[in-house]
Amino acid sequence: MVWAGCALVLLIIPLAPTSGFALSLSSQMAIAAVFALSYNMLLGQTGLLSFGHAVFMGIGGFVAIHVLRSVNAGEWQLPLILLPLIGALGGACFGLVFGWFATRRSSTAFAMITLGFGELVYASAFIFVDLYGGEQGITADRTLAPKILGLEFASQLQVYYLIMSWAFIAAVLIFIIGRTPLGRVALATRDNAERVAFIGYNPNRVRFLMFVLSTFFAGMAGSLFAIDYEIVTYGSLGLSASAQVLMMAFIGGSSTFVGPIVGAILITGLQVLLGQYTDLWILYLGVLFAIVIRFAPDGLAGLIAKECASWRLNHIRGRSVLIGLRTIAAVIAAIGFVTLLELASRAKTASVGGAVLRVWGTHVDVMSPWPWLFAGICFLMGLISLRFVHLAAARRMSVADVNGEPK
Amino acid sequence: MSVALRMSDVHKRFGRVQIIRGVSLDITQGERHAIIGPNGAGKSTLFNLISGRLAVSSGRIELADKNITGLSPFEIKRRGLSRSFQVTNIFPRLSVFENVRCSLQWSEGWRYSFWRLADAIPELRRKAELVIDEIGLTGRSSTPAGVLTYAEQRALEIGITIAGDTSVILLDEPMAGMSLVETQHALELIRRISSNRTLLMIEHDMNVVFDLADRISVLVYGKIIATGTPAEIRSNDRVREAYLGTKVADVASS
Repeated sequence: MVWAGCALVLLIIPLAPTSGFALSLSSQMAIAAVFALSYNMLLGQTGLLSFGHAVFMGIGGFVAIHVLRSVNAGEWQLPLILLPLIGALGGACFGLVFGWFATRRSSTAFAMITLGFGELVYASAFIFVDLYGGEQGITADRTLAPKILGLEFASQLQVYYLIMSWAFIAAVLIFIIGRTPLGRVALATRDNAERVAFIGYNPNRVRFLMFVLSTFFAGMAGSLFAIDYEIVTYGSLGLSASAQVLMMAFIGGSSTFVGPIVGAILITGLQVLLGQYTDLWILYLGVLFAIVIRFAPDGLAGLIAKECASWRLNHIRGRSVLIGLRTIAAVIAAIGFVTLLELASRAKTASVGGAVLRVWGTHVDVMSPWPWLFAGICFLMGLISLRFVHLAAARRMSVADVNGEPK
Repeated sequence: MSVALRMSDVHKRFGRVQIIRGVSLDITQGERHAIIGPNGAGKSTLFNLISGRLAVSSGRIELADKNITGLSPFEIKRRGLSRSFQVTNIFPRLSVFENVRCSLQWSEGWRYSFWRLADAIPELRRKAELVIDEIGLTGRSSTPAGVLTYAEQRALEIGITIAGDTSVILLDEPMAGMSLVETQHALELIRRISSNRTLLMIEHDMNVVFDLADRISVLVYGKIIATGTPAEIRSNDRVREAYLGTKVADVASS
């Protein structure tokens, strides 16, 4: 039911009077979501922290783009809609080789191996220029491929449907894998790898299989990327891309299935939308990451799930008021914080004539002290009221405890 | 009677420290065998050697006449020996049902299968529910294992151990930290589950040991100083000496 609903939403999004921008943004989000879901097969489902997952998305992308070039040149015959499968197999082949020795270790050692491996592949991009295309990357033309049903993928709409179809299939498959005997025992391995060995499973084999499956879907995400942009560069292999998918999974919440999707949509949205207005978006992302890790370790999806659960189980009177107050205080603090940072960033470039901050059509002079004062007060007030609401809530809870009221 | 588990001259050294110093012991098919001994005698180490958690320094261990020395824990489990742990060792974030079902998967032949939904395998569900029923956690099936009470976690520990037909089970202090009532429940449980299996257990509660065991072995400083029926152990002078008139003597005189 839920799946059918999602499929319907994805189908009708383009019917809304949207621009090509919205279509390409949702395509990007879908690609990021597949990548984040594949990453979470390691992080959330198997308990493996990887710092090099972008390698497999990148490999999938390069395999896809090279195959597409051959198809362009008429060497091979392959309809575009099957290209993601090829890229996925490419990612999985690489995952097979790399996973074979990486998954003999877990926890910190595994994380360090993936970090080193990621850097290794990234560095090799400068050596094998033919493969990775150097600075320019590798380009291909998605419209020059054998056509099925007359689809030539020249329009963004057709590409949107291609990407969404594969993203949907990938999400369903990843969901299903999590519920198979292997997926279940992967969760057990995450919880307690030692005991897994005493119920008949080789924990390294479990990790290995999950690793290869996850690189399959990472490769698929990479080839969707290649189809969407028709270019793949070595940058997509790098550590920053690996770090970003880690943030998606964490911010969205790695302990739920939808968490990584939420994280992927949020971060891609931040990146694309905020990126149009400010250079500081990556800083905001970092702050958001830190806040989530500190205050909602189960991520946004985990937070929402928890709130819903406690809503149903133990209804505190005035709980919604409390949440409302918290949100208002947090928004005030955020406005102050963002304004301060933006002012600071403009002030830095003031000498080259960027001393004006545009906010909702009004122009703010960065050099005058008033906006700074306003932002500072905003930030402090927000923080103080957050603290105040927190203390009030704590007092209320303890009173409820003493009176023996249900929490 | 055939031998279910045989240890021949098993040694374990940690560096220069000898922990197990030549243990030879035959466990007969279907018997309930208890290992007792003072703290630090090497009882848990012996279990770790049998179950493959630690490698033996020398000696040989056979399960149903087949050599299992040097095999890894999962290979030994697949050959029909499973164990529980003294410190509760479960899957805390999985539900009771998931804990048991995961433990059944291998022996039910599902192994690393990722093409079939676990929920769509009725046989797995049925067997898991049987085990949960056996350990008395039916009402707690969907509770995360990490939030169970201590006694419930100990029961689940046994459930994980007996799930997946293994002919030999090793229980490492199943009653540790239990109240009197809980101990009685656990005793009944162990009696039930060991009725068609070979049981080897470590236990400090002498009432339990003398009540349950067909034979008892006394391990002192890495050596077995006596093996015999409860009556023989009670009257054994060396055992009395090793325990210096403590629990064994109390039980013996009662």
